[in-house]
Amino acid sequence: MLKLPIYLDNNATTPLDPRVLEAMLPYFTEHFGNAASRNHPFGWQAEEAVDYAREQIAALINCDPKEIIFTSGATESDNLAIKGVYEMYAQKGNHIITATTEHKAVLDTCKHLEKQGARVTYLPVDAEGLISLAELEAAMTPQTILVAIMYGNNETGTIQPIREIAAIAHKHGALFMTDGTQAVGKIPVDVLADGIDLMAFTGHKFYGPKGIGALYVRRKNPRVKVTAQMDGGGHERGMRSGTLNVPGIVGLGKACELARLEMAADTARLSAMRDRLEKELLTLEESYVNGSVTHRLPHVTNISFKYVEGEGLMMGVKDLAVSSGSACTSASLEPSYVLKALGLSDDLAHSSLRFGLSRFTTDEQIDYAIGHVKEAVTKLREMSPLWEMFKEGIDLNSIEWAEH
Amino acid sequence: MAYSDKVIDHYSNPRNVGTLDKSKKNVGTGLVGAPECGDVMRLQIEVDEATNTITDAKFKTFGCGSAIASSSLATEWLKGKTVDEALAIDNMEIVEELALPPVKIHCSVLAEDAIKSAINDYRVKNGLPELEIAKSHH
Repeated sequence: MLKLPIYLDNNATTPLDPRVLEAMLPYFTEHFGNAASRNHPFGWQAEEAVDYAREQIAALINCDPKEIIFTSGATESDNLAIKGVYEMYAQKGNHIITATTEHKAVLDTCKHLEKQGARVTYLPVDAEGLISLAELEAAMTPQTILVAIMYGNNETGTIQPIREIAAIAHKHGALFMTDGTQAVGKIPVDVLADGIDLMAFTGHKFYGPKGIGALYVRRKNPRVKVTAQMDGGGHERGMRSGTLNVPGIVGLGKACELARLEMAADTARLSAMRDRLEKELLTLEESYVNGSVTHRLPHVTNISFKYVEGEGLMMGVKDLAVSSGSACTSASLEPSYVLKALGLSDDLAHSSLRFGLSRFTTDEQIDYAIGHVKEAVTKLREMSPLWEMFKEGIDLNSIEWAEH
Repeated sequence: MAYSDKVIDHYSNPRNVGTLDKSKKNVGTGLVGAPECGDVMRLQIEVDEATNTITDAKFKTFGCGSAIASSSLATEWLKGKTVDEALAIDNMEIVEELALPPVKIHCSVLAEDAIKSAINDYRVKNGLPELEIAKSHH
């Protein structure tokens, strides 16, 4: 029997893979040592587990294990990377380049630094959600210390041209940082080949635990350093103090190992399911995919259904756990700033649904989701005066709407 | 957001969804709200001119569950009422009936506006002066 509601909000978080949980469990009770305790086997065991996890992580993103700095998650990693570079490279310059569709952890960190004297350029994106390399190049100055552009977008799945962006940043002597939160564990990410200097990511987006993330910090060509944002015992090569979350780290390591081994198979299965879901939903008239369909994460689709209102739509798809373009900052009725940056009008942004599939999503669940969404959209359109006007060929822009 | 059972009931089984022939002299149509605000209601009444009684009411609404429920409830209430009785419907009655939370009161206001707007359309069509509709809600 199909269990309802069906979870299709895997860009928000994923369930923990049972194999990850199994790897973690001994480190809560049996092997509880502090990885920084150098004087006894409890500490050694913990340190050994942490070192092994570093290797598992390094193997996934093709870096040296020493280049992994453990944090509490991607938000902390984003903060540490951007604030840490800003402080460490203050003598070189104060200019940061980012994009309007970044996660709040990047945007708000940049806004914070602006108050402290940083100059920040927010690059716009095109209708597919991609930045323009020419605009990036034009924005580079001798004072540019950091280019921070995300790998894959959380709302649309759009993948930026990472290698080209890195090349432009390096050509002008700036570092390249990427928020890899949605990409790591989902698509091949190779920090060496991609030219990434710093990368934030987190365990819970790819079947690992919450509360554990990492920042990749390049150690050579060039050797990158970030100023620590918390004072303390000088853990993680002095960049991030705090007793290591050993069970979390073991879980993150295991999640990386599973991702490395199963990514190809997962991607093939997930993209086939995603494509089927998308193709079926696009048979509804006046429905549109948001973001790029060619440069996109394999498990995501974001679709707007014109002439239905977002909140009503969410109520109609109650058997699905999905996100809408108006619910991402659920307390407010503001439409998604990411979708607006793509040029969507407020009403189209409001009437969007984001579907994020996971390793555990089944064909049966997708079948149900297709039927459920189609039914809800069709029903709401039958109830919608705007749909009726559209069907009669009335241009909605020609109507003088009452002030409200 | 948690919706009341009555809102869910109207949302799931909306009453009187549809369209009346707006070219008919005894049909009044009110279209209120705006797409970019996330709510558009169209409410129509058919009036028996002899008795000044509303014999039929239909709606279509683009909006959240509370907006759909407010207009669905309004059509239920309108049927059988005289035009004057319909004019007296206050948005707070809708709020109470549907147990709308404060953030959804505007849905009931819109429904009241839609009723008055439909009545005005009917009046103008029949050579009666347009009534002043208080805009103080907005």
